[in-house]
Amino acid sequence: MTNTPAIEVNNLVTHYGPRLILDGVDFSVDYGEVMVIMGGSGSGKSTLLRHLLGLHTPTHGCIKLLGHDITSCSADELQDLRRNMGVSFQGGALLSSMSVAENVMLPLREHTTLDEQTMGIMARMKLEVVNLGGFGDLNPSQLSGGMIKRAALARAIVTDPKLLFFDEPSAGLDPVVAAELDELILKLRDTMKMTIVVVTHELDSAFKIADRITVLDHGKILLTGRVEDVRASDNERIQDLLNRRPREEEIDADDYLRRLTGG
Amino acid sequence: MAYPTKSQDGYDIVVLSDDVDLSCSPEARKAILASLASGNHTLVDLSAVTYIDSSGVASLVEGFQTAKKSDLRFGLIGVSEAAMSVLELARLDKVFPIHSDLAARLKADG
Repeated sequence: MTNTPAIEVNNLVTHYGPRLILDGVDFSVDYGEVMVIMGGSGSGKSTLLRHLLGLHTPTHGCIKLLGHDITSCSADELQDLRRNMGVSFQGGALLSSMSVAENVMLPLREHTTLDEQTMGIMARMKLEVVNLGGFGDLNPSQLSGGMIKRAALARAIVTDPKLLFFDEPSAGLDPVVAAELDELILKLRDTMKMTIVVVTHELDSAFKIADRITVLDHGKILLTGRVEDVRASDNERIQDLLNRRPREEEIDADDYLRRLTGG
Repeated sequence: MAYPTKSQDGYDIVVLSDDVDLSCSPEARKAILASLASGNHTLVDLSAVTYIDSSGVASLVEGFQTAKKSDLRFGLIGVSEAAMSVLELARLDKVFPIHSDLAARLKADG
């Protein structure tokens, strides 16, 4: 264990075309910490996640994962680093051409030279961890939405990664399954010492699992702090999020007209 | 890293230590399966394990399954707290015969 953070983001700026999506984002995640990134739709949280995964190159700024700057490291270094990263995408992203267990085994095939038997046991063990024991031989199309999400989590943790990234874990799940997933995230932190980043807009889940929360709005960080800091914040946008108030935005007439006419 | 195996009271005891992860779990697997392949009842001592990942636990599972098929006794002894929490995550603490040490295992054997 080291004193440097597991994840460090400095002055991250990103544009999609002329649109500024992330505007000078700074934050860090300590080893063994669950960091929840919260924000409304269009706040930039999914873009931030894609940057953390090395899927996008920022306009400016640096992202260090486990001490390596992924904005400047070589493709080989990034590949090595990916062995220590697990990702659970919102839609599951399971391949329909193979069984659930084979899907879970994919990262092991890609990143290790372990014996086939060992890989099979590891995959089935992770399916047990996410309460999908006995479902390994099914095809993903035979699973429910919640089961697909759990299978995707099994795949994300099959290599026991140091960093786990989670996009909207509880979205679309019934409350019991969502609560089970929350418990599981905390177990992975406590047992496997994983550093976990969760992107979500589910408040209940965020407050339950977060060691700290980063709130994004319009590409800027409004606050990074503990749950009680977020609850106590007098920032209007944060209170809007907490109280599920629709935002009232001022309209720039010229800008609006330009958007409608494309001119 | 090669793991030592000692013979005592009718058992081969494979002693794992430190971090048992992707880099050394194949050695752990080799030591466990070699002991069983020699037809010996086998225990795995986890008292000096500081961390064990899924590949290490998979080696234990494979060992247990192999022992069952070969009608040999198998079990874990001295499971460290770090190893136990990983076993518990997959509920394997309910599956493996686990004892505090060889004496406790021998007593359970009767």
